[in-house]
Amino acid sequence: MKIAVIVTLKKDVLDPQGTTIKKTLEGMSFNNINNIRQGKYFEIDIDEKNKKKAEEKVNEMCKKLLANLVIEDYKVVKPE
Amino acid sequence: MNSSVIVFPGSNCDRDIAIALRKFGFKNKMIWHEDVELPKSDLVVLPGGFSYGDYLRCGSMASKSKIIQSVIKFANSGGLLMGICNGFQILTETSLLPGVLLRNKFSKFICKNVFVKINNIENNYFKNIKKNVLNLHIAHNEGNYFCSGEQMKEMQENNQIALLYCDEKGEVNEKYNPNGSSKNIAGIFSRKKNILGMMPHPERMIEKYLSGEDGSLFFENLLNNLK
Repeated sequence: MKIAVIVTLKKDVLDPQGTTIKKTLEGMSFNNINNIRQGKYFEIDIDEKNKKKAEEKVNEMCKKLLANLVIEDYKVVKPE
Repeated sequence: MNSSVIVFPGSNCDRDIAIALRKFGFKNKMIWHEDVELPKSDLVVLPGGFSYGDYLRCGSMASKSKIIQSVIKFANSGGLLMGICNGFQILTETSLLPGVLLRNKFSKFICKNVFVKINNIENNYFKNIKKNVLNLHIAHNEGNYFCSGEQMKEMQENNQIALLYCDEKGEVNEKYNPNGSSKNIAGIFSRKKNILGMMPHPERMIEKYLSGEDGSLFFENLLNNLK
């Protein structure tokens, strides 16, 4: 089963990469960008048939390694 | 005095710190990250570098390595544990120290000498040190210290702030902050002050004619405090 995870910086955490990307896009004449925040995307192929169990495991992975909860939020994208 | 330097794949200041420790009288051992047991140590150091290529987040992979459980046990029983640069990042990722080191505010890798003010001398690292402002070297891309308001309040109440970026006279001001760190923080202690995480590299300041001697002051003093 494939499960996706999206990790993003919390709102009040500075994101210099996002700011630099925004500036570069503006330099390429992409106007009207209000803001850009960079995040991370994980695609996890897990050997588990039970959707609920798989989600629980992925949640645990996020809390223990994939996200640092001091600065990041994560979202588990439900399996199809 | 016995010291142990933990070596991760991608550590690159491990030999520098080992040279510094030996120069000032420590009997040092290099410990590979896949080892399980720490040898008997009076000081354990997590060195600078790019452990695991800084994958995911700086220090995050190293914080789950095999040796870390022994390091955590050592620190929790009061052992002296010091993390320099990437070592500091590893300490925050293991939650032995609060907060996190974010990417530098102005998106630049910073490599230069800075002045840091010692904010608390009631600990084995800085007790009796002859200066209160040290000239040390920094070299990092993620040294922007950040923590929650609650964590900051707790650190201030427990006097856990160890080093602050300042000018040569010790004036702490935002204009001397190289990387955007909250409150100009360059290093912090654990609650019990046995764990020290710092971005500056004292091991790069141990040769009078090459760099400077404020690192020598730090190591000599540390050894004297442990005797």
